Amino acid sequence: MTALLSILVLVFILVAIWQMVKIFDLTQTVTAGGNNQIANDNDNKINGYLMLGFLIFIYVITIMCFVMYGDLPLMSNSASEHGPGIDSLMIISMVVIFFVQTVTQFLLHYFAFKYRGEKGKKALFYADNNKLEAIWTIIPVIVLAGLIIKGLFTWTTIMNVSTENDPLVIELYAQQFNWKARYGGADNTLGKANVRLIDIDRANILGVDESDPNAQDDIITTELHLPVGRPVLFKMRSQDVLHSAYMPHFRAQMNCVPGMITQFGFTPTVTTVDMRQTPEMIDKVQNINKIRTEKSKALVAKGEEALERYEFDYLLLCNKICGKSHYNMQMKIIVETQEEYDAWVKTQKEFKNSLVSND
Amino acid sequence: MSAHADTHDAHDDHHHKETFITKYIFSQDHKMIAKQYLITGTIMGVIGVMMSLMMRMQIAWPEEPNVIFKALLGKWAPEGVMDADIYLALVTIHGTIMVFFVLTAGLSGTFSNLLIPLQIGARDMASGFLNMISYWLFFVSSVIMVLSFFVEAGPAAAGWTIYPPLSALPLAQGGSGAGMTLWLVSMAIFIASSLLGSLNYVVTVINLRTKGMSMTRLPLTIWAFFVTAVIGIISFPVLLSAALLLIMDRSFGTSFFLSDIFIQGEVLHYQGGSPVLFEHLFWFLGHPEVYIVLLPALGITSEIIATNSRKPIFGYRAMVASILAIAFLSTIVWGHHMFISGMNPFLGSVFTFTTLLIAIPSAVKAFNYITTLWKGNLQMNPAMLFSIGLVSTFITGGLTGIILGDSALDINVHDTYFVVAHFHLVMGISALYGMFAGIYHWFPKMFGRMLNKNLGYVHFWVTAVCAYGVFFPMHFIGMAGLPRRYYTNSNFPLFDDLQDVNVVITIFALIGGAFQIVFLYNFFNSIFFGKKAVQNPWRSNTMEWTTPVEHIHGNWPGEIPHVHRWAYDYSKPGHEEDFVSQIVPLKEGEEELQH
Repeated sequence: MTALLSILVLVFILVAIWQMVKIFDLTQTVTAGGNNQIANDNDNKINGYLMLGFLIFIYVITIMCFVMYGDLPLMSNSASEHGPGIDSLMIISMVVIFFVQTVTQFLLHYFAFKYRGEKGKKALFYADNNKLEAIWTIIPVIVLAGLIIKGLFTWTTIMNVSTENDPLVIELYAQQFNWKARYGGADNTLGKANVRLIDIDRANILGVDESDPNAQDDIITTELHLPVGRPVLFKMRSQDVLHSAYMPHFRAQMNCVPGMITQFGFTPTVTTVDMRQTPEMIDKVQNINKIRTEKSKALVAKGEEALERYEFDYLLLCNKICGKSHYNMQMKIIVETQEEYDAWVKTQKEFKNSLVSND
Repeated sequence: MSAHADTHDAHDDHHHKETFITKYIFSQDHKMIAKQYLITGTIMGVIGVMMSLMMRMQIAWPEEPNVIFKALLGKWAPEGVMDADIYLALVTIHGTIMVFFVLTAGLSGTFSNLLIPLQIGARDMASGFLNMISYWLFFVSSVIMVLSFFVEAGPAAAGWTIYPPLSALPLAQGGSGAGMTLWLVSMAIFIASSLLGSLNYVVTVINLRTKGMSMTRLPLTIWAFFVTAVIGIISFPVLLSAALLLIMDRSFGTSFFLSDIFIQGEVLHYQGGSPVLFEHLFWFLGHPEVYIVLLPALGITSEIIATNSRKPIFGYRAMVASILAIAFLSTIVWGHHMFISGMNPFLGSVFTFTTLLIAIPSAVKAFNYITTLWKGNLQMNPAMLFSIGLVSTFITGGLTGIILGDSALDINVHDTYFVVAHFHLVMGISALYGMFAGIYHWFPKMFGRMLNKNLGYVHFWVTAVCAYGVFFPMHFIGMAGLPRRYYTNSNFPLFDDLQDVNVVITIFALIGGAFQIVFLYNFFNSIFFGKKAVQNPWRSNTMEWTTPVEHIHGNWPGEIPHVHRWAYDYSKPGHEEDFVSQIVPLKEGEEELQH
């Protein structure tokens, strides 16, 4: 892969140099005929052909990107109930974009080639055509109306967070530079909390109200466990600066804002174990491990430690610039069966038992 | 010429003996001020681009020692390894410099100043004095912005959007101390400069048009500069207010944007404010700003494409209407930057609707450019190449706006490299191309000499290939979920397979960056040694080419010519030449186009 890419880069550099040489060759002939630094027929011709070449370059880079990196995007393999809705909207938009891009770039560069200037030629005096302009106003209107309607339906379905289907309520708590999760416990109700109640000495790190009966059975964790198939409602808080809870595999993201509680809900549909076994993921992980092995070799040669093998896990990333270690603010997400989840919950300490007494 | 005009001009010549200082430094002449803006903007551009190249090197070869870092970053790159704090500072200052100092002041400041009086037939700006103040405020703000790199804890590092609380609390980040203060001071001065400039442009365009220059005969450049200035006047004060409130929060203990904060082991007193309010205020400028950057570039392109196609711009009225429509819509779409900020999802729906509407006037513009090329007689001057390049990147970058403007899709690509690719193409590269096109086209007007065209061709083609090489693959790493503004991705094995792409992008960026030297050489060399220009080298219709090559105070030696037709009578049947200057009266029986 790297070799292929390096070759490509080399080819592009060669093309660039070739262009330069070609153009400098031209300089000689032009100087002979009086050089006024204004494009002459020869310049028009060469640049016209280069325009055609550039069109091909745009097509090639587009096709290459889709072939080589088209499977990288998270356009398949979404792991939430609303994911496929977003993905299909994405694909529809991409098709529209791809079509318009191909056609308009063709027209632009082809015209630049076809109508390159020649001495003595006269351009067509063509200043207006209401019909044409109406056509290319109305067509985008129709296409966009379709996209807007589909987009808004998708958006309102996702953002319409309801508590009717008994979602699992989880607080995502952000601070520089880590994440915590707080579960409502047996009553599935979060206790009240405010940063003013934070008491580091008593290990009340999230500022949970100790006197709130709902808070007693809350569970605070550094890993996010979700039972598959159960709707989850996230309540998000931040204690210091803006953060953004980004869970790309679930097509979910919401900012965490100090001073207010934001929310986002989704239903995970694929457990971590199942996701690891999808053919796409096996390929991806294999590829990544190949890269890591290569890197490890170099590291070991330098006397450093080798990299760990990669195993797929869902992740929660911070996606809003939040300070020095923004680039390493993550939390593992584990989607598991209800039984596994219940077993995990049992091993966790309830809030009231996690406090350190003051004496 | 009337006797009155005669005496007036004699009077002018007599009384304007200028010293070096009044001519080159504290000049009130719009042509000199334009050059000052251009050169300051170019220097800021070099600084901004170098920052981006350093960021790219860090991303491609993370945490590897690099002599360039060691040389340029000093204490921020001990042993040549870039520090994470300075990475964020580079992100911040690169964004600020490129958006405001290069593509707002450098682009609009240069060409509005140069072209508004010359193309509408005025002797100078409405107020030469305010114009001078505007430039010098810009200069001071540039110096302060650059100086912020030299404060102890580093320059502002909260991103160019400076969202509080990160930007408000020195406890949250080193750069939010003195560095942030300097950023705010610099921007406040910059906004004052921008407002003085914009007011001047608006007043000049409304009041100082020569006889016959009706609004419907204005070249599209002037329409673009005029509307840009109006958007600037509407939106910049809002940023100023946001900056002032932020200063209050930072220094005087108010809580406009801050509430319930626990940091470094202590609870701060702030209560009741909201960072989301700041986001609203910021993007109320921030989004129109995109068009403040882009519209002048589109105006320049309209003019250059028409001239070099030897054809009238297609659909003049539609072009003006789309500029106005874009300007109007640009002020009601700011919320698309905030779909997932925690604001009411219903607002997200509204902003999705208004945002996608912008695609309509944009599509009209793109199609009209393409139709202007159709059956033209294209003169491939470097300015023309950059204009065609602009249309190309404007389409490529604009189309992905359909994805980002759609709130449902934005959830997953928000703040990823997909966004970086999108806005760099649609406003960064496009506006930069517009600026380059303008420089190649109006260099003879500014300096009386020609730029070397062959160097121009090399500059364009390498830049064009590299721009796509950098930003096209970047969409894909964004769709793979890679967040922007990460100092390194090595903490996420998940993204290990994107490293190759990042290396390719960086290599393209380095080549593209290096080749800007060709331009800089051409630019500075041609100022002194370029071939002497003739009066109207591109055989253009607009009025600036009726002034003498040597700059004179007041632009026209005699009376200001009157205007008799629109700016786009290229290849008009019934005329010998393929251009007819705006100041040429209609022939007997010739009809002016109804436009």
